[in-house]
Amino acid sequence: MVKRYRNNKENEMQRSLSLDPEKCTGCLQCEMACSNEYEGRFNPAHSRIKVFAFHDEGRFVPYTCTQCADAWCRNACPVDAIAIDANTGAKVIVENRCVGCKVCTIACPFGTVNYDHTRGKVMKCDLCGGDPACARACPTGAITWVDADWTGYDRMRQWAEKTDNAAHV
Amino acid sequence: MKYVIVGSGPAGVTAAETLRANDPQGEILLIGDEPGPPYSRMAIPYLLEGSIGEEGTRLRPDRDHFDRLQVALLEARVESLDSEDRLLVLSDGGRVQFDRLLLATGSRPVNPPVEGLDSPLVRHCWTLEDARHIMDHASQGSRVVLLGAGFIGCIIMEALVKRGVRLTVVEAGDRMVPRMMDQVAGHLIERWCIEQGIDVRTSTRINLVEGNEKGLRLQLEPGGDLEADLLVVAAGVVPNTGFLEGSGVTVEQGIRVDARQQTSVPAIYAAGDVCEGVDWDGGHGIHAIQPMAVETARVAALNMAGRETEHVGSMDMNVLDTLGLIATSFGRWQGVEGGDTASLLDERRFRYLKLQFEGERLIGAITLGTTDQVGALRGLIQSRRRLGRWKERLMQDPTRFMEAWAAIAS
Ligand SMILES: Cc1cc2nc3c(=O)[nH]c(=O)nc-3n(C[C@H](O)[C@H](O)[C@H](O)COP(=O)(O)OP(=O)(O)OC[C@H]3O[C@@H](n4cnc5c(N)ncnc54)[C@H](O)[C@@H]3O)c2cc1C
Ligand code: SF4
Ligand code: SF4
Repeated sequence: MVKRYRNNKENEMQRSLSLDPEKCTGCLQCEMACSNEYEGRFNPAHSRIKVFAFHDEGRFVPYTCTQCADAWCRNACPVDAIAIDANTGAKVIVENRCVGCKVCTIACPFGTVNYDHTRGKVMKCDLCGGDPACARACPTGAITWVDADWTGYDRMRQWAEKTDNAAHV
Repeated sequence: MKYVIVGSGPAGVTAAETLRANDPQGEILLIGDEPGPPYSRMAIPYLLEGSIGEEGTRLRPDRDHFDRLQVALLEARVESLDSEDRLLVLSDGGRVQFDRLLLATGSRPVNPPVEGLDSPLVRHCWTLEDARHIMDHASQGSRVVLLGAGFIGCIIMEALVKRGVRLTVVEAGDRMVPRMMDQVAGHLIERWCIEQGIDVRTSTRINLVEGNEKGLRLQLEPGGDLEADLLVVAAGVVPNTGFLEGSGVTVEQGIRVDARQQTSVPAIYAAGDVCEGVDWDGGHGIHAIQPMAVETARVAALNMAGRETEHVGSMDMNVLDTLGLIATSFGRWQGVEGGDTASLLDERRFRYLKLQFEGERLIGAITLGTTDQVGALRGLIQSRRRLGRWKERLMQDPTRFMEAWAAIAS
């Protein structure tokens, strides 16, 4: 299934990150590109996109922030240190306000805001200001930056519905 | 429509914003009894350690934020509520009428039954005013005693150490953070603190506090006398419900609310630390934590504005940084009868991970010494997803929780 990790500006054609596990070969170019973008060197530990390998099934799943319409991380922040990028709709850490309390890391139910011990701040996907490095780096088209003509609250809604179906994995 | 909110902490402020987003016309009044612009208690440790100034504690940095939203702020203390006439009485005698009311008065710190806690060098660490007082008295070399090694105690420890004080921690219980951590993690945190040079005294009571503006003498049992320049009391909090006496609003531990955050009286809602609401797994309880303050406030405000919304239920979740050792706990981390437990412990490296299951579901977790992707634990627990084959895999290797979530959610 193709996942679209979009932004949430309503009534406006915006672009979103589309992740397609079917096409992912687990080469980790995206993790390299993301960490390079973040700290100017290759360090997958600081990549904000992660590829999970399910070797038994020969499956790779690229995974990052869904840029929730109503973002749990942003709502939980005690000092308003997570802003919305007006261009992309991305939820972006404002580093000079973040106190490093880590509450967003437990509030985000997707595990996609993480604490950076070296900076004492948190890090998350910011869609690179509108030109995501992971999508540029992906050689197979598993990660693409596509036009989104939908406002997509579905993933949030799906989560909130507490769906109770067994995990078929 | 006139909306009135009592309490301008994170719950009150979030509710005001949500009301405005859903009702552009309504009149919104936010009443709070603390001076200055709305701030966040959670920012206090960072103020104490000097990494931010008071400006950085503000809930909303933009000075015009409330004006722009046309939310009126009133600094006043609410003394009582007349539910029938929909009227609040203020301590200065003023009266405020409302159509819909939100009670978001938070909680306040309590004292253990120890004689002498009214001395001027004894302070809670709960408000900005407390923080200023602590900063005045906790400086390089001063002898500071912290009474209570719970969540708040632990979270301000680093700030006190960074101020250069000589710190003694006195805790009546047998371990640190008993309400958030199990035995194993509590003892590891204690050992960590001792290794960082903190004088930690668990299973110890303070029997008597004597002193004046110049200094304090504490009588410990066991342990004898201890001299101090400041005693910080962090021994728990209770909801601020006193002003509701005779109002008809049902108060048990906190203000009882339904899944729409409505109290026993129609048109009156409650959110945040002060409310006792529905839990994620069917029970009822108080969750005096920031993320739940905000989430309950959103639900309350949506309902107040006429958008029927039910809360999925509150869940305990905490992240605690004790002098650099980071711990989290989620949901029913204590486990349940008949449930299964998977855990991994590396005492030497202060690492610990424990997962609690009920049938095929994850219901609680504790982590120590790792912060990677911990939010996924919330997702796995609160979504109540069945784990299927991942249950067994997690029993074998609990560190694979993020993989499990990626597999299940993708
Ligand atoms: C030092 C410290 C660190 C913390 N760290 C964390 C953390 O890491 N994670 C976490 O989840 N939580 C933390 N907390 C707890 C968190 O701050 C609270 O859960 C949160 O503030 C609750 O928000 P609230 O809006 O419900 O209540 P509050 O923030 O307490 O706001 C309520 C407001 O209402 C006012 N009020 C009360 N009665 C009246 C009245 N009768 N009339 C008018 N006004 C009234 C109060 O004075 C207060 O200003 C911390 C708290 C402290 C003190
Ligand atoms: S970090 Fe988490 S909560 Fe925040 S926008 Fe991304 S997925 Fe949503
Ligand atoms: S860690 Fe930073 S961004 Fe996250 S909640 Fe705390 S202050 Fe906000």
